Amino acid sequence: MEKVNVVIVGAGAGGGVVAKELAQAGLTVVLLERGEWPHYDDNNDDELYSQRTPVLGNPYGPDDLRHRRVVVNGDGSTRVVVPSDGAYNNNAGCVGGGTVSYGAMAWRFMPQDFRLRSIYGDVPDSTLADWPISYDDLEVFYEKAEYEIGVSGDYTDNPFCGPRKKPFPMPAFPMNKEGNLVVETTKRMGLHPFPVPMLRNSVPHNGRPACIHMRYCVGFACPVNAKSGTHNTVLPIALATGNCQVRTGCVASEIIVDDHGRARSVRYFDADGKAQEQTADLVVISASATETARLLLNSKSKLFPNGAGNNNDWVGRNLQGHLYVGASGLMEQEIYDDSGPGTTVAISDYNHGNPGLVGGGMLATEFTSMPNNFCGIRPPGEARWGKAHKDFQRRYYKRLVRLIGPIQEIPNFHARVTIDPVVKDAWGIPVCRLSGTRHSYDIRLGDFLADKAEAIIKEMGATRVWRNGPGMWLSGGQHQAGTCRMGNDPKTSVTNRIGQVHDIDNLFIADGSLHVTNGGFNPVLTIMAMAYRVADAINTGWKGSKFK
Amino acid sequence: MRPNHSESSAEVKPDGLTRRSLLKLSAASILGASFGMGASIGITRWNRTAPPAYLFFSGAEAKTLIAMCEQIIPADDTPGATDAGVIHYIDRQLIGIFTRHQVTYRKGLEALHKTCLRVYQTAFENLDFKRQTATLCLLETNQAPKECWGDQSQSEFFNLVIDHTRQGFYGSPRYGGNKNYVSYRMLGLAYPNLIGQNRYSASRPG
Repeated sequence: MEKVNVVIVGAGAGGGVVAKELAQAGLTVVLLERGEWPHYDDNNDDELYSQRTPVLGNPYGPDDLRHRRVVVNGDGSTRVVVPSDGAYNNNAGCVGGGTVSYGAMAWRFMPQDFRLRSIYGDVPDSTLADWPISYDDLEVFYEKAEYEIGVSGDYTDNPFCGPRKKPFPMPAFPMNKEGNLVVETTKRMGLHPFPVPMLRNSVPHNGRPACIHMRYCVGFACPVNAKSGTHNTVLPIALATGNCQVRTGCVASEIIVDDHGRARSVRYFDADGKAQEQTADLVVISASATETARLLLNSKSKLFPNGAGNNNDWVGRNLQGHLYVGASGLMEQEIYDDSGPGTTVAISDYNHGNPGLVGGGMLATEFTSMPNNFCGIRPPGEARWGKAHKDFQRRYYKRLVRLIGPIQEIPNFHARVTIDPVVKDAWGIPVCRLSGTRHSYDIRLGDFLADKAEAIIKEMGATRVWRNGPGMWLSGGQHQAGTCRMGNDPKTSVTNRIGQVHDIDNLFIADGSLHVTNGGFNPVLTIMAMAYRVADAINTGWKGSKFK
Repeated sequence: MRPNHSESSAEVKPDGLTRRSLLKLSAASILGASFGMGASIGITRWNRTAPPAYLFFSGAEAKTLIAMCEQIIPADDTPGATDAGVIHYIDRQLIGIFTRHQVTYRKGLEALHKTCLRVYQTAFENLDFKRQTATLCLLETNQAPKECWGDQSQSEFFNLVIDHTRQGFYGSPRYGGNKNYVSYRMLGLAYPNLIGQNRYSASRPG
């Protein structure tokens, strides 16, 4: 197979951006993606077959037939799980990755999120550290992501965000009924509500139409192409350069690192299951925090006998996602207005500066809850079946209010991805083994934020209010991050400050794996901005055959 | 119809239909049935045997499970699980993506049957509504006679049926349940969902 300049593994939020930037700069790029191109008409109005509630499987992959993971239970026993099982901690497998079916909240992390250790000090039994870069280093790339991929928002009423040079490229989405009530209530409480920024067109933008507010949104591809992902923005540009080839149905199995410590190629199985090898000058891995770690760990070589970049045993460590907490309430009057995607307002008052606490998280109203999903939304002690269940559904489906949010988790060394010694996937590749739990500090922070949400819901006038409190399970899921953290010291990180793996000059990472901490916000815009930054470093530093 | 005729022999039927077009029509009728559009005209006269009512369950198992599902979502002034066809949702998934739950259903339904014979000397579906409810409350808290259940967990079985009943009742009709969109009507949700179709204008609802 002909050598190219760059082979990228994974066409999601990170890989799509890198492919576009490098192809535009004139490098030849092969992008390997395990899934397929999504289609608008994949949206089938079907709650049971959605990426968010995959009762009958994940419509945007990966499938339950060919994929497996092993989960280590609290008592040390293990179990094998499939992607539609929550414990698998799945992220979508298709061109565009999670950006096809995501909820599309477009958060920048706050400046403090990059400096938690300096601001708050150490947390015992954690690997809490500052990022090796600052918000200011990333600001220009956040802006690029907002403009090129497309974000709607308005931070006029958000006094807590970091400085921005340009306004959002599109106006914010309007509030729905629930959002208006939250705005009114939180303002009365002295808080600062503002519209949720969205990777979604509020007005026609970049040749795609405006959002039509359907309820089947999060968990689905957009049927009118108003949701902004890498599949419908940067990737078409990459392809139009003529320098980029996307190979779908291709499952990477190993990065070949030569005896001089240089990445030579990526081995993969093509759509027909045939073993292939793509040689390249540069290798970029953007397969998600779990799969990137797996690929590195499965890539053993003379100089890296424990996996690429893993001589200090940091690959796969510090797995984190987001602990979501909040509160729910039931109103006397109907508040549901069938205006998807449903979440419209957020507050950032509790992300930082909480007395005695390390960081915090934002709170936002929730995406529209589908009828089956709503069966699980109940105050404690409420009947799960019988006439009482039915009465609750009828009475409250349109009277639910919710505020929930992600707290920035405290990373720990024991929440991790390793390789299972026995179980393999359909291609014979050893699978991820997930072990550990989140840090106990997260529970404290989660309780704090849930209390705040509860107070707001009560103030909104809900008749019944209950907390959605924290639990200790392993974190990961669609917000998975942290497994190949960037840092200045090779002994306590996997890559340097530009995403280059320590001691393997031509191997880069561009996904959530790089995150030292994961912010009290949905991480996708940061993954995109970081990918722009990694690509910028490659374009600046790559001199034909050597780096630097 | 002769058995063992090959695909390639374009066998001509008295009314001029070839075997190929018959196959096409049969496929259409299967699709039609699964989308609730009814069988196409002219198909039934070639069906020598009626299709089985269920793909996985026996008739007896289905009777018990239908009664169970109706307990979980009972009919009152709006339709319940039976009207919605929840049994068909579960039945179909059990030979598909829920294959892993087959044993739980088979053993669970048998154990429930034994339990009712032992306590009431009759099948679950023959009990009056209140006694059915009381029996399921026992399952929910693992208090039915242990010797009827062996290594099958009562509450796990019941929880699985609760989950699947709700999915069948509230999920898309394309899987066999939620017949005539009964749950969407009950919740006051517009269906089919017009918002989101390319042919409609981008106006905000409400």
